[in-house]
Amino acid sequence: MKVKTTLMASAVAAVAGGAMAEEMTIVSWGGAYSKSQLKAYHEPYSEKTGVTILNDDSSAEAVAKLRAMNEAGNITWDVVDVVAADAIRLCDEGLALEIDFDSQLAAAPDGTPASEDFGDLLVSDCFIPQIVYSTTFGYRTDLVGDNPPTEICAVFDLENYPGKRSLEKRPINNMEWALLCDGVAKEDVYDVLATPEGQDQALAKLGTIKDNVVWWSAGADTPQLLADGEVIMGSTYNGRLFSVIEEQKQPVAMLWDAQVFDLDGWIIPAGLSEERQQRALDYIMFATDTQRLADQAKYISYGPARASSAPLVGQHADLGIDMAPHMPTDPENAKNTFLYNYEFWADYRDDIDAKFQAWLAQ
Amino acid sequence: MTDATQSGPMLAADGTPLKKSLARSLRRRKLRALALIAPLLLFVLLSFVIPIMSMLFRSVENSIVADTLPLTVVELRNWDADSGELPDEALYAAFTKDMITAIDEKTHTRLGSRLNYEQTGMSSMFRRSGRQIKKLDPETDGPFKDKLIEIHDGWGDVETWRTIKTHAVPITNGYFLNAIDMRRTPEGAQAQPEDKQILIKLFGRTLMMSLIITASCILLAYPVSYLLATLPMRVSNLLMILVLLPFWTSLLVRTSAWKVMLQQQGVINETLVWLGLVADDARLVIINNQFGTIIAMTHILLPFMILPMYSVMQTIPDSYTRAAKSMGATNWTTFWRIYFPQSIPGIGAGSILVFILAIGYYITPEIVGGTKGVFISNRIAYHISSSLNWGLAAALGTILLAVVLLLYWCYDKIVGIDNVKLG
Repeated sequence: MKVKTTLMASAVAAVAGGAMAEEMTIVSWGGAYSKSQLKAYHEPYSEKTGVTILNDDSSAEAVAKLRAMNEAGNITWDVVDVVAADAIRLCDEGLALEIDFDSQLAAAPDGTPASEDFGDLLVSDCFIPQIVYSTTFGYRTDLVGDNPPTEICAVFDLENYPGKRSLEKRPINNMEWALLCDGVAKEDVYDVLATPEGQDQALAKLGTIKDNVVWWSAGADTPQLLADGEVIMGSTYNGRLFSVIEEQKQPVAMLWDAQVFDLDGWIIPAGLSEERQQRALDYIMFATDTQRLADQAKYISYGPARASSAPLVGQHADLGIDMAPHMPTDPENAKNTFLYNYEFWADYRDDIDAKFQAWLAQ
Repeated sequence: MTDATQSGPMLAADGTPLKKSLARSLRRRKLRALALIAPLLLFVLLSFVIPIMSMLFRSVENSIVADTLPLTVVELRNWDADSGELPDEALYAAFTKDMITAIDEKTHTRLGSRLNYEQTGMSSMFRRSGRQIKKLDPETDGPFKDKLIEIHDGWGDVETWRTIKTHAVPITNGYFLNAIDMRRTPEGAQAQPEDKQILIKLFGRTLMMSLIITASCILLAYPVSYLLATLPMRVSNLLMILVLLPFWTSLLVRTSAWKVMLQQQGVINETLVWLGLVADDARLVIINNQFGTIIAMTHILLPFMILPMYSVMQTIPDSYTRAAKSMGATNWTTFWRIYFPQSIPGIGAGSILVFILAIGYYITPEIVGGTKGVFISNRIAYHISSSLNWGLAAALGTILLAVVLLLYWCYDKIVGIDNVKLG
């Protein structure tokens, strides 16, 4: 009897131990985006290695949660999907693992090392970029009359485009657009924004439309507001607009002018056990190779972060339309773009945010 | 009768003095009681008291500067912050040594983000300088003053050193000052520039709106609870389900439903326009402002008011009101002099529940509050999850907790907490 119990106990332990080794937790944003990762990365990886992947849709609170896990000394996540600004913060705080890009990431099919293939998009030592997305505007085609907007300053033009617009409830991007439409040259925007006068100038410009703005805090807000006709135009992530336009067939069109590029990608939490770290690195090596990044674009309209992936972008898996013209990086869409200035906002975010929130509350 | 005349203490059956024996058995009983509640006590201590205490402690804890730059902090004591002159070479040498250790442990960027809350630009200064300072050798590469200034001109700015010196204390009042729109400077506490003052305003707004929400909950809940308590059981049970049904629905769903109702192309506006009560181009703005927050939160918190009121009203005997009427009181007098005073404990319990819940609400104001209907808790959430300024978040939370306790105390003094009944 006793022997039997011991045997059973050890069998249970072996099963549990085995299951532990075959499991990893990957954190991402949920919704259509997680689905695209599931199809493009998780399923092929599980098939190849037998590892079970558990999804956790906690990316929005990833920085705070990782900090708390680190303090508690119990890190339950293996790979985490975050935007670049968060990755920089995690790296600064010592919460993310530094990556040696050339040895720990796959080279391009023609042998170009990863560091060259990703190029300028490697904005932090801990961050492996996955997609380029953009924050840009969509407008209601039936509410703008015969004169659809073609440039960003239409947002501030209440005379020709009366009605509400939706903007994100934070200073980032809005301040840049305001200055741009207040006559500041594109290359001077951040120099101006670094001064208190420049910040006041941007807020004053935003003040001209303040009464006509609906401020959003979740990426799904603008698509809903556009679909309901609550706003005539609004900013959000380009993939959200793609789904409003192409999947839900709403009368909405893209205004790509002065879109702000941003990056989303992976980090591996610092302080994982050796075994888990190896598995996480193995996953990253697989999931960020040229083919896998191109595959993701079949499911969602975000541009792959590798230069070598761009030519491989094909058609949408369900709709069968060409994805290339819907990519923010497509030459036709990217005539006038901004790249999120990570260093500037890492420094100025707290300062300008306090001002911005005080201005909003007035 | 020999016992009564016997001198000395009274003895128990086993010969020990009765007093001692009694004390022992009482102590044993107390210990047993303690052992019985020990699991709960431990649970509350571990999962509630300790985490809250440690969070509160963060609002003053600031050892990061002294831990990361121990030698520099010592040297800074000898430097006069008001002299307007840069510190001397000894400090720069100490700083270089500290930084090289910190870079090895990757803690210099952490310090940079901490100091960036106080002076904009520190974050990138520490990150960028780190890459260069790493290459210096603290023994042979001196003097460091010019080298550091060459690496980043911020090190040649007196303000940088003043900031580090001001925030080098291990226990700081800086976060609390920030929480009330002030800041810690070498000259003592000063007000924030006017265009950055927002937190006191938000505290005021949170209290004000929570009071309005509590008041509108009382107004709406009183008649409903009265109906529930007086109608026959069969009908009142049905009504009770109607009260509880939204209570069991997810908070997010209910809040989003209000969005559909209240927005300009929403149900209410569409109906009013269809009825011709409101012009199509002058639709009511009833969401993304304080009004939206008040409506949605009143609805969401209503059950917390109805339930205690109902359970108190149920206990008010019918015979009292009948007696009053039989002695010639009008309906109003009966209600105001007899019924209402007896229902006050329910109002008190409901108000405390609703007010304290409202003051910490976060998700509903975020969704329907726009810019003017958000609460202090939205700022706390921002500092916890976005800016990572947990010290400030902890200070704001501590103040909020203190305000709630203060109001509770006032309530106790004015109304009396014994007057609160949940049934």
